[in-house]
Amino acid sequence: MNAVTIIGTVSIIVAGLTITLGSIAPALAQGRAITQALAAMAQQPDEAATIARTLFVGLAMIESLAIYCLVVAMILIFANPFWNYVIAKPGG
Amino acid sequence: MELSLDNLVLWQRGPVLLNATMLYTWIVMVLLVAGSWLGTRKLSTGAQISPWQNLLEVLVAGVREQIRQISQQDPGPYLPFIGTLFVFISVSNLLTIFPGYHPPTYSLSTTAALALCVLAAVPCFGIARQGLGGYLSHYLKPTVLMLPFHILSELTRTLALAVRLFGNVMSGAMIGAILLAVVPLFFPLIMQLLELLIGQVQAFIFAVLATVYIASAAQAHEEKREVILPRPNTQEQGSQKSQEDTEP
Repeated sequence: MNAVTIIGTVSIIVAGLTITLGSIAPALAQGRAITQALAAMAQQPDEAATIARTLFVGLAMIESLAIYCLVVAMILIFANPFWNYVIAKPGG
Repeated sequence: MELSLDNLVLWQRGPVLLNATMLYTWIVMVLLVAGSWLGTRKLSTGAQISPWQNLLEVLVAGVREQIRQISQQDPGPYLPFIGTLFVFISVSNLLTIFPGYHPPTYSLSTTAALALCVLAAVPCFGIARQGLGGYLSHYLKPTVLMLPFHILSELTRTLALAVRLFGNVMSGAMIGAILLAVVPLFFPLIMQLLELLIGQVQAFIFAVLATVYIASAAQAHEEKREVILPRPNTQEQGSQKSQEDTEP
């Protein structure tokens, strides 16, 4: 098993694991945030606009964690620096 | 399927090159400038106003109101910067309804440039509002030990701003491309619609976060009491007006 095979295999597996594990925690967090915001809106409908705006910002900040994982996974698959290094090296 | 628009070089002569990011950024800039110029050419205060003037007035008034609510300050100084950020990102993401167009935000270079603008704007507004000493002393609160964390948080939130916008737009394009290969009929259309919504939400969030960062640097200590103050709806206008009056 040469370096290209190892790097390719490890990159693909780790990319899958990154997006799988990395989306679990943000999903739970977004669920909690929406639950709390809905409860708050039901209790105080007058403040719904403020709550909704804060909710959107909070959701985006939570979601960015999952987006970081996606970016790392994409880099591993499409722009892997180690892969490029091994391919560029003569006799890889 | 490219990870970034920067790799899509359209024209090159020696070291000078034109990639897709620059081209589409220029297209959006031309559209915005031309639209604003055409819309504000014949401004009128009468009862009959042109549709373009109406659109621009709604936009400016909406941005002002949002900035006022979020920062609890007079939106005047922040409006040009925040409004430009919002309109640029929003139009960039909205124009994806045209086939062949790629949003400039589908490139980490564009989003990093926008985030760096926010990073530079925070001390500018902070110093303009509080003076150099007043702004720098906010780094030392509550103790000197917090100085590295303040600096670290400024850098990481800039990185987060850039990667968040890029990641959202990029993931939308990726999902569209992958779905097109898997289920070519109808379903990619729904995801594209969702992507339009996400693009607008991200533009809004970018502007809101920029407002929050700038406003927090410009209001370090004077706003503590306003969080505690009850805000009865009937006196809201009056309290806002008096708040503006007390501001230097």
